[in-house]
Amino acid sequence: MPSNPHDERDNAVPASVGIVETRFARLFSDDHPLQFQIGAELASVTVAYETYGTLNANKNNAVYVCHALTGDAHAAGLHSADDEKPGWWDGFIGPGKALDTNEYFVICGNVLGGCQGTTGPGSVDAISGKRFCLDFPFLTVSDIVSVHSELVRHLGIKQLLAVVGGSLGGMQVLDWSVRFPDQLRACVVLASAPKLAAQGIAFNAVGRRAIYGDAGFLKGQYYDSEGPRYGLALARMVAHITYLSEDSIELKFGRRLQDSDRFAYDMQKETEFQIESYLHYQGKRFVQRFDANSYVYLTRAMDYFDLSEGYESLAEAVKNVQARFLVASYDTDWLFPTSQSKELVSALLQAGKHVSFTELHCPFGHDSFLIDLGPLNEMVGPFLEQA
Amino acid sequence: MARYQLPDPSVQLVDELIMRHIDRESSVIDLGCGDGRLMHRLHQEMGCHVVGIDFEQKNVNSVIQRGLPVVAADLNKGLADIPSDTFDFAVLSQTLQQVQNPRQLLMEMLRVANRGLVVVPNFGHWRVRLEVLRKGRTPITQALPYEWHESPNLHFMSMFDFRELMESIGLQIVKERPIIRGRSVDKAWAANLRADSAFYLLERSPAQKPA
Repeated sequence: MPSNPHDERDNAVPASVGIVETRFARLFSDDHPLQFQIGAELASVTVAYETYGTLNANKNNAVYVCHALTGDAHAAGLHSADDEKPGWWDGFIGPGKALDTNEYFVICGNVLGGCQGTTGPGSVDAISGKRFCLDFPFLTVSDIVSVHSELVRHLGIKQLLAVVGGSLGGMQVLDWSVRFPDQLRACVVLASAPKLAAQGIAFNAVGRRAIYGDAGFLKGQYYDSEGPRYGLALARMVAHITYLSEDSIELKFGRRLQDSDRFAYDMQKETEFQIESYLHYQGKRFVQRFDANSYVYLTRAMDYFDLSEGYESLAEAVKNVQARFLVASYDTDWLFPTSQSKELVSALLQAGKHVSFTELHCPFGHDSFLIDLGPLNEMVGPFLEQA
Repeated sequence: MARYQLPDPSVQLVDELIMRHIDRESSVIDLGCGDGRLMHRLHQEMGCHVVGIDFEQKNVNSVIQRGLPVVAADLNKGLADIPSDTFDFAVLSQTLQQVQNPRQLLMEMLRVANRGLVVVPNFGHWRVRLEVLRKGRTPITQALPYEWHESPNLHFMSMFDFRELMESIGLQIVKERPIIRGRSVDKAWAANLRADSAFYLLERSPAQKPA
């Protein structure tokens, strides 16, 4: 099995938050339901979340982490001593790291519509007693943020020191800063964009088509059967390519063959090249941990995201932002290219906001923000100290 | 972009000269801000809203550490990401001679800001001329302490040259202050011969100003 760049997260810093546990909060009520952007309501939302570090007496040291498309609330530490892998941003969250748990109270919640403990299309609708499937309300990045924001209030925190996120997580940070400007003092937006470009929508469309086209999809009502395993795996394979870069894929796999040093010339053989084997492995592993309906909902939320929607311009959209911004892109990221971060930075400058920006050099493409944590720690740490 | 290294007293002199021409609480963009030294003073002492531009990640981190905003950009590629008319002042201190296209950068500078503050070394200084004449070699002076092959300075201009360029691109020199032996002076006899460097306050010519 080829190794996985995702498994090479920078865990060089040994200090860890240790053993952690996922907790659950029940938010909203009949009197105070979650209002979806499109008008639907939910009277009860369960959120899976984890926290690291300690909330101080003034409750002003909380940092919220927004995860990306297929992430979860388990951002740091281990669930048990014999856990194989730490949380997905373990090199970035912990004692002495940028999100220093000696100083900050770090919160990470699974997104609305997800499948890792937070209410989503796979959850049971309290009214019908059945799983929502595709009857789950159409959700947007704003709806995801409304739930994050409610979780923060539920934890008794008036204002966050910062909200941090990459990719779809960065979109949540942006929406948050515009819709709840006084709930956060600083924003860190990594490998993200103020809107999803056509190229991103295109890849999401292919992924969804793979799921819809799988005979096991059953219009989303597949929970008593195997589900669209093939389609979901295919969606992941395509998406995964977009997270890599030409350099990283070439360096890691090149044209190397999987289990021979000569071509097999065999049409029955599914994997000849290492890159094939790697993508199949990614697809297979993804199916074990992710729900196809969630994938369809969340990629749609991403497609629809446009911070400037309803405003004359992006600068107009960020007019009421109060937080300081740190924006970073990666030179090999072609899914969320630097030009999109720059568009955001220009708008923030035009609106007279406090914004810092840099393009980091890293060969790992869009995934760089999950892998290359050294430069990020050096920059985000001091930024938060001054927030 | 690394800022041209002057001896310390001059650094302070140049910083203070620049600060004297900037309004309190105005907005300032510092092009080639280095570690943010001048930005910090403008922010702390004058309550200015400052943004730095620098290309080196080390400098970007230093400015962030000061709690000030900084945008990583290569001045050789212009200021495309900075919206027009965003700042009251743009500062370009000891950097112009190091960029590939000074003419373009000066115009960009006055696109994003109403006024420009520029400090450049004067290659018309008599010591420079004497070095060339006497030795027939690239001059090395206190203000120009580099061997030709290691110098970050790409362009060599005198005060006369600078004036001519301003005229050709339609920028107005509102104020010119020669810096002679560590002191900036209002006016000087034979300034182009005597000044180590010069300070300029620039504006767009009336025809180019926004309505």
